[in-house]
Amino acid sequence: MAIDTEKNSYTVIFAAVMVVVVGSLLAIVASVLRPNIQENERYEKQQNILYAMGVHENGDDKGSVHFIPTDRVEGEFKKYIKKQLVIEGSETTTDENAYLINIKKQLAAKKKGQPYKLPVFIGEKEGKKFYILPMYGKGLWDAIWGFVAVDETMTVQGVVFDHKGETPGLGANIKMRYFMDDFSGETILKGDRYAGISVIKGNNDPLNKTKDDNEIDALAGATITGNGVTAMIKETVNLYKPYLETIRVK
Amino acid sequence: MALLSKKDANLILDPLADNNPITIQVLGICSALAITAELKASAVMAISVMFVLGAGNVVISLMRNIIPSKIRIIVQLIVVAALVIIVDQVLKAYQYELSKTLAVFVGLIITNCIIMGRFEAFALANGPWRSFLDGIGNSLGYGIILIIVGFFRELLGSGTLFGIPVLGDPIEKTGLYATGYENNGFMIIPPAALIVVGIIIWVQRSRNPALIEEN
Repeated sequence: MAIDTEKNSYTVIFAAVMVVVVGSLLAIVASVLRPNIQENERYEKQQNILYAMGVHENGDDKGSVHFIPTDRVEGEFKKYIKKQLVIEGSETTTDENAYLINIKKQLAAKKKGQPYKLPVFIGEKEGKKFYILPMYGKGLWDAIWGFVAVDETMTVQGVVFDHKGETPGLGANIKMRYFMDDFSGETILKGDRYAGISVIKGNNDPLNKTKDDNEIDALAGATITGNGVTAMIKETVNLYKPYLETIRVK
Repeated sequence: MALLSKKDANLILDPLADNNPITIQVLGICSALAITAELKASAVMAISVMFVLGAGNVVISLMRNIIPSKIRIIVQLIVVAALVIIVDQVLKAYQYELSKTLAVFVGLIITNCIIMGRFEAFALANGPWRSFLDGIGNSLGYGIILIIVGFFRELLGSGTLFGIPVLGDPIEKTGLYATGYENNGFMIIPPAALIVVGIIIWVQRSRNPALIEEN
């Protein structure tokens, strides 16, 4: 029997069936895979936080980023991250799972004037202390985020960036070593002001030899993503300014 | 015995040259402009599109007799979106690193007009096997152009291929740069892809005048 696919009733029924079938298929796939995906995302956060404080498996070449492998990251995270703080208003508490706090939600709460939590991770490596702050902002197409590690003199010890949908080959390169490595050694202070670090086109310092100019050489063809990084760092530094003042050695 | 009949083989070979999706059908131009600044991104996109177009063409071809023609575009869109999302979720659960590399391509694939174009032009009217071959052939033709454009843009724009410096160091002035050569910053931005694709079209049509349309 041939079906009359031109009939309106058939069209409506087809659409309804299709929505139900595809909808439940996607729902089943999502809920079956959810635990695995969450586990992966948890490891990723630990890898990123460790990366910012310089715990990674990068070689000497300026090549690609090598995180601590997922099977060891949990142990290394416990070993290097000595303390996880949660700043809520004027109160500071410790919380072992502070790294699971969703920064996007906290920033949204702040915007609405609701109370919000800011996590800080304190790492220790070879006797040196690292204060690692999460960052969240927007690039050209979608969200960008990362972590920045500073020491008591407000000198950046390392950064890690990631993004949801920046253009491959252009803005997506913010997660490449040749971009991230430039931040190490820069200061977020300009005199006594918390200025952050700007991604600048044509700062006449492509090798980034000047470390006290609060500037990083931009990526060609990725202006908006670069501006997003600048804005993200500025916002984070301002957000954490009260806390940073308490640890800063003048 | 040949693996494919001549007619079937043409489904794969035609899109590589005389019926190329980008240079002749002018499908998939948007992604060809967006992601060809680097060879690696071009290759990843080409392989991803091959999977999606091959599988999507088969699914649409199997459904071709029951899809109501009034809503066929939406049905095609749902099929390709569901397919891509499921693959993305599975990769996220079991191949997290790979999924992160591909994540940015997901949106580009779903909205890639080459996919809708082949569903509409071929899969809706042909059987699953031939549709599969058509999908593979067109994504190969698409991939070749992407890789050619990516090759020139990365070489001339950044002096690297697959991220490896091939012309020397532009900052230390070694290799070719010692002679005063400079990277062309224009090659990195999307309009450069338009020019490279334009040159490919020009070369292709001047070699084969049959491709030139009558005005």
